[in-house]
Amino acid sequence: MKNLTIWVILGLTLTFLIGPFIIIIFAGASAGEALAFPPDGLSLKWYFKVFTIESFRDSFLLSMFLAIFGTLTALLLGIPAAYALNRYDLPGNETIRTIVAAPIIVPGIIVGLALLRYLVIPLDFTVTLALFMAHTALVLPYAVRVVSSSLNNLRADMEEAAVLLGCTRMQAFMKVVLPNIRGGVLAAFILGFVTSFNQVPVSLFLSGPGVRTLPIDMLAYMEITYDPSVAALSALLAFMSLAIVFIAERLLGFSRYV
Amino acid sequence: MSDKYVRLSDLTLSYGKTVAVPNLNLDVVEGELIALLGPSGCGKTTTMRAIAGLLTPTSGAIEIDGRDVTRLAANKRGIGLVFQSYALFPHLSAFENVAFGLRLKNMADAEVRSRTEAGMATVGLAGFEARKPAEMSGGQQQRVALARSLVMEPKVLLLDEPLSNLDARLRLEMRTELQRVQKDTGVTMVFVTHDQSEALALADRIVLMKDGKIEQLGTPSQLYAEPATAFAAEFMGFENIFRVEGENLVSNSGQLRLGFAASSSMLAWRPGGVHVGQGPFSGRVVASSFAGGHREYVFDCQLGEIKADAPIETAEVPLGQSIAFDLPQSTARPLLA
Ligand SMILES: Nc1ncnc2c1ncn2[C@@H]1O[C@H](COP(=O)(O)OP(=O)(O)OP(=O)(O)O)[C@@H](O)[C@H]1O
Ligand SMILES: [Mg+2]
Repeated sequence: MKNLTIWVILGLTLTFLIGPFIIIIFAGASAGEALAFPPDGLSLKWYFKVFTIESFRDSFLLSMFLAIFGTLTALLLGIPAAYALNRYDLPGNETIRTIVAAPIIVPGIIVGLALLRYLVIPLDFTVTLALFMAHTALVLPYAVRVVSSSLNNLRADMEEAAVLLGCTRMQAFMKVVLPNIRGGVLAAFILGFVTSFNQVPVSLFLSGPGVRTLPIDMLAYMEITYDPSVAALSALLAFMSLAIVFIAERLLGFSRYV
Repeated sequence: MSDKYVRLSDLTLSYGKTVAVPNLNLDVVEGELIALLGPSGCGKTTTMRAIAGLLTPTSGAIEIDGRDVTRLAANKRGIGLVFQSYALFPHLSAFENVAFGLRLKNMADAEVRSRTEAGMATVGLAGFEARKPAEMSGGQQQRVALARSLVMEPKVLLLDEPLSNLDARLRLEMRTELQRVQKDTGVTMVFVTHDQSEALALADRIVLMKDGKIEQLGTPSQLYAEPATAFAAEFMGFENIFRVEGENLVSNSGQLRLGFAASSSMLAWRPGGVHVGQGPFSGRVVASSFAGGHREYVFDCQLGEIKADAPIETAEVPLGQSIAFDLPQSTARPLLA
């Protein structure tokens, strides 16, 4: 009886988690002209069509750019921040941690609106720059947290040993700390990449002529054209995310860090 | 040979407002193996870290080989430190761990290789070059840590409880190993331990510390035979320590009339210094255990508990029975306070 309950709960969970994914795969594989489930016959034409839609190509490149460089920048800022928060007993340590976590807590739509209202409009920041800042800020909390947790497992005396063998503090960091938190840094990169790539609310306000992230572009596309190409693209993106996480798990036991 | 190779003058070390070591003065002789001995929290690690340059003194000076290094950065002092936790670099092989410091010196590759190999051979680890620290036993890791410091040819090698993580047999083995390395290389070693038998076995001199201060300093035989204070005596295995008032020995539980005139304010006996079987005093046996060459008794008498060793040839006195004993003048150690 107890076993049965567990199986039912497990089944429902999987249905809700994986169900939408399966629906999207099939909706995209429709032979018909309108988005529908069950699909109107099966074909791969919409999967190929996706690659011919020019605005998708541009917004894909923008999203890739934001995800890669936004995450790299977040790591560049986040690794030293995590290191300082871990190794030094700074005054206001807790406050700093809270502020760093703010972009996760504050609703994205407010972050987007604020950037638009206070940077893009009055200061003439380009939308791309505002998007870049927004994505960096959004990824930063993950970078700090994941790197922090791998720094926690690294004893401080290792750096002292390196210093006594002749390293400067900077050399000790580069030669001893960094190689030992490599897994955490990679995990933070992947988590950041996926978060940035899939992120909608912040980017909602930050779009201009020809400048849209892929998820926003897909929303816009659907308002005009209700065909299965969006489902096909969604399925492709889901596969991409899955592949990244799968490879990461294989290479470095990603789930340890998240 | 300088007998002031490492010189700590009026050294005060603190963490924020807490003073861990107040006003320490100590000279270490070149080439000697000196042990810092003391209970947990007495400031041994703190003193080491200051010598290494990992902790800046609040006041006072540190000289090494005639040079004031008080303000010199840790990576410029030429001092080796073997951490209690070894602090090996987990991402590097044993070879690269040992070669780490040499590589920083822009040394030719061939020389790095030959010196690293020599270093690993010194600690008996030839053949283990490719292993990662996680693939080695505690004793092997400890030897990698030792070799890593030794190949740098440090002026002074500091060892912070290097044997405490090892099991009893390995500990004995590593003791001999350390002594051999020290004799072979002639490096000045400062060795931290809270195990008095380790200090007695290894050191040329022992610095007994208490609350950040030097309680007594001397050779192992001096400290063993002539501890000056109750604290030192207790550390050196004098388990029966009593105050002297007039002609009586006094403890918190009572007193006993001494058979001789004592000139010091305290007297102490090792368990082996108590005569069991005959004498003017009597006690009741509350514990008795076989310890190989002798039998360890605990008596209850007017002074409270007395610990005494009896030769194994004498018949065992059962628990609860009374037993005669003596606290003779010949084995009594007079103490200051
Ligand atoms: N980082 C620190 N911050 C504050 N106080 C400290 C710190 N490290 C040590 N202390 C204090 O300084 C004193 C000396 O500590 P130390 O570590 O030198 O002792 P120790 O003799 O090495 O002891 P053990 O045998 O336990 O290693 C202790 O009272 C300890 O509480
Ligand atoms: Mg210590």
